[in-house]
Amino acid sequence: MAKVPVQFTLNGSEKAEFIESGTTLLHALRDKIGDTSPKGGCHQGTCGACSVIIDGELRLSCLTLAETCNGADITTTAGLAEGGVLHPLQRAFLDAFATQCGFCTPGMIMAAKVLLDRTPNPSREDVVEALSGNICRCTGYEPIIQAVLTAARANSQSAA
Amino acid sequence: MPLALQTFSSVKDANAALQAAGTRYLGGGTLVVRAANEGDGSVSSLVRVTDPGLSQIAVSDGKVRLGASVTMAAIARHAELAALAPAARAVGGPAIRNMATVGGNLFASAPYGDFAVALLALDATVAAEAGEMPVETFLASRDTSRAVVTAVGFSLPEAESFRFLKVSRVKPKGVSVLSIAALLQRTADGTMTSARIALGCMADRPIRAKAAEKALLGCKLMPQEIAPALAAAGEGISPITDPIASAWYRAEVLPVHLGRLLLS
Ligand SMILES: Cc1cc2nc3c(=O)[nH]c(=O)nc-3n(C[C@H](O)[C@H](O)[C@H](O)COP(=O)(O)OP(=O)(O)OC[C@H]3O[C@@H](n4cnc5c(N)ncnc54)[C@H](O)[C@@H]3O)c2cc1C
Ligand code: FES
Ligand code: FES
Repeated sequence: MAKVPVQFTLNGSEKAEFIESGTTLLHALRDKIGDTSPKGGCHQGTCGACSVIIDGELRLSCLTLAETCNGADITTTAGLAEGGVLHPLQRAFLDAFATQCGFCTPGMIMAAKVLLDRTPNPSREDVVEALSGNICRCTGYEPIIQAVLTAARANSQSAA
Repeated sequence: MPLALQTFSSVKDANAALQAAGTRYLGGGTLVVRAANEGDGSVSSLVRVTDPGLSQIAVSDGKVRLGASVTMAAIARHAELAALAPAARAVGGPAIRNMATVGGNLFASAPYGDFAVALLALDATVAAEAGEMPVETFLASRDTSRAVVTAVGFSLPEAESFRFLKVSRVKPKGVSVLSIAALLQRTADGTMTSARIALGCMADRPIRAKAAEKALLGCKLMPQEIAPALAAAGEGISPITDPIASAWYRAEVLPVHLGRLLLS
């Protein structure tokens, strides 16, 4: 299978790779680049565990071909902590017991990050809608929703 | 089996490449990459077009043109397309809406194709390099279509005349039990002068409820007057059965939801 060059920015660093044509972004990130924060749950677009942010929009890396990301700016959950300090969303997920097995957590955090970037003071309904493409089989969702609302409050307090 | 992706800047070149066996167009990939991930060996090669014209939304003089690569998220947030936002928001969760295109939705089999249901009620035209055709003709012939769809066009419905309803069991996001779109023209006293009703999940692709449309003519939107239309809604349908609902269930609840939509 022909290899094709792909270049994009991942969590602020330039990446240039040769990948097999038709490789999904999920596969390229995990198996080629070594960023295992996006999880492969269903590979069908249903669970949201593989969610990443591409050019500011939430996307499913299992259904995105890596070649279509040339020149894109990609953020994964692995890129959120700065200098060893967790991002407020990561902190809130830990503090609110919103993570049990943790498999859905990176996708949930990506979906929540896009929401908070656009809507810093979301309603509970906004949070439910934003997370509606992400499945969690452990937490019953309520702690996750509370974690996102807590992170939003923490953000608005630090901005005030 | 790995896929090979070919990228073209023009629709013409992509159309030529699509003639090869095992080659499919790549829109947002939510169905076609999913099929490849599931091991569907009928797709060995994908083709895409990067022409930015395919992602354009144009609204002028009451006419709308949506490029085939326009996403559901772009429609949902477009101020002038507020009437269509419920149909665009009905498609999947946030990440799916950022990827799912208008062109891909036209090819999606039931229970998918919610936006195509809206396009059918709106009497849209579907454009390809060879020309335009009514969406109804397109839907009937889509299985053998091997050309890139470039855009859809339709008249922007007036507020109040267009209604859309998706019924699902999982809220806020879940696949359709059924979806209904209606374009209703009425006189000042509320008498129906024309009705186009499109249904999703009542066949393998969006279909019109022609008997119900006919029965609505001359009616006002009141329970007794629409009763014959609701009774006729099931004519010509052949609902799908899937894990969400059986064909029997879908047929039973269709008149109930159509009634709610008409009386809303
Ligand atoms: C988890 C999940 C949930 C979903 N929920 C819904 C839902 O609620 N409602 C709904 O309607 N759909 C839903 N879908 C289905 C799908 O996301 C949408 O129907 C979407 O609009 C398909 O568009 P796409 O661009 O992703 O199609 P693709 O996967 O890119 O293409 C689908 C088919 O159309 C062909 N095609 C695409 N664009 C063109 C074009 N321009 N010209 C010629 N051929 C073309 C492709 O070759 C392929 O055969 C869901 C999918 C997933 C994975
Ligand atoms: S792995 Fe991508 S949505 Fe489940
Ligand atoms: S914490 Fe286990 S799937 Fe969500």
